[in-house]
Amino acid sequence: MRVVVDLNRCQAYAQCCYAAPDRFVLRGDEILVYDPAPPASDRAAVDRAVQACPVRAIRVEHEDAPAERPA
Amino acid sequence: MRDGTIVVAGASLAGLRGAEALRTNGFSGRLILVGDEPHRPYDRPPLSKHVLTGEIPPGATTLPGVGTLRAEWRLGTPAAGLDRAGRALLLADGGRVPFDRLLIATGARARAWPAPEEARLSGVHTLRSRDDAAALAAGLAARPRRVLILGAGFIGCEVASSIRSLGLPVTVVDPAPAPLAQALGRVIGGFVAGRMVAAGVDLRLGMRVTRLEGDRAVRRARLEDGGTVEADLVVVALGAVRNTGWLAGAGLDADEGGLSCDGACRALDGEGHPVPDIFAAGDVARFPHPLLGNRPVALEHWGNAVAQAAHAARAMLDGPDSVGPYAEVPAFWSNQFGLTIKSLGLTEGADAVAIVQGSPRAGRFLAAYGRAGRTVAAVSVNAGRWLPAYEGPIRDGAPFPPITGGADQPRPESVPPGLPAPKVA
Repeated sequence: MRVVVDLNRCQAYAQCCYAAPDRFVLRGDEILVYDPAPPASDRAAVDRAVQACPVRAIRVEHEDAPAERPA
Repeated sequence: MRDGTIVVAGASLAGLRGAEALRTNGFSGRLILVGDEPHRPYDRPPLSKHVLTGEIPPGATTLPGVGTLRAEWRLGTPAAGLDRAGRALLLADGGRVPFDRLLIATGARARAWPAPEEARLSGVHTLRSRDDAAALAAGLAARPRRVLILGAGFIGCEVASSIRSLGLPVTVVDPAPAPLAQALGRVIGGFVAGRMVAAGVDLRLGMRVTRLEGDRAVRRARLEDGGTVEADLVVVALGAVRNTGWLAGAGLDADEGGLSCDGACRALDGEGHPVPDIFAAGDVARFPHPLLGNRPVALEHWGNAVAQAAHAARAMLDGPDSVGPYAEVPAFWSNQFGLTIKSLGLTEGADAVAIVQGSPRAGRFLAAYGRAGRTVAAVSVNAGRWLPAYEGPIRDGAPFPPITGGADQPRPESVPPGLPAPKVA
């Protein structure tokens, strides 16, 4: 799984931290620290975090990247 | 145009998001991404932060979007030249990749320490790529006695913060009177300086390093006042230069400051005319920004890479007239010393700054920047939710200060921001 948060958009509402506390942590007032490569077993929690974000700042991709092939 | 072959030179954030935008806008042809690094596109902002502290492995930040792109990848093969007449990208490995349209997103690289033999001393690092971050993290894991950081821009300050959180002694040297002075000015930079010193950073402002010394490994830096800093790990954080060297001889308007393009992201030739089949986006693209009176600017911002690449993709598929000039309000963020600093607009050339909400004493405030009586930028410190309200005033060039009489700031005091003199175009 690959996760990226648009931290321009993030407003530190911390809803992801409640939805997936093992993968999203708020440090200090508004520094979001997140795991960009959560294990597949966390899929449900990470999906909840994506849905919970009030500013839609979290993007996740579940599919494995295809093997790199030459052009 | 929805078919044919589009080549994307550069496989980082702008290249990936540009390629994605081509697909989501209906491009069904052949899509080839060329990257100088062997890695699939990854996110760079964590490299100076949680990768250095060991919380995130250097290889963990591969970006969402790589899995579903339906692209061909040519990774670990830098672009080496451009055959414009033959419409082909030339690769360093001798390969030749023909295209119908080309998106140039080759980004920037860390500016090296100017003395090559000193830069080659072991223990001297720059930080731009995943491999750089892995090497620097390994150097930090060996617990150097002191780390010296050359440059107090965003990368230098973020690295200093990460290294302090590891408990290592850090010295930061910068000729400017405040950290982040180029972007934020002396007033707001001075607030950050206070946090740096409180966190235990040995901050040497108004000072230059003249020489790095050592025998194979770096041991000390000599300062212009004759003093020395004993350090066994050095991070050179002197900004970035755009990766345009490979375009030499291609007849495009390109130099270390970027590849010039128009508002539709079309590359400009030596006479300043747009080239119809070559586009640029991200750090490498120098474009006329409406917020600066159309003065050309290249922005090293994460959000710019995303938005400009999408703009370029639409122009590539539907023509330059369909998109209008690229006019995204610049935005960036930085995390350091417990602070989240976020910015909207461009502070360049600002002649006034005012704290319009909150207060530095409370550790939470919003500073607005003005130029000739107009609002041009806003910077929030631990107050990100206040920032979006300023996008409209910045876009519209509203009178400065944009608000007065706020409940927590009844009389905003406007002072010179302490920015460096504006560059002459």
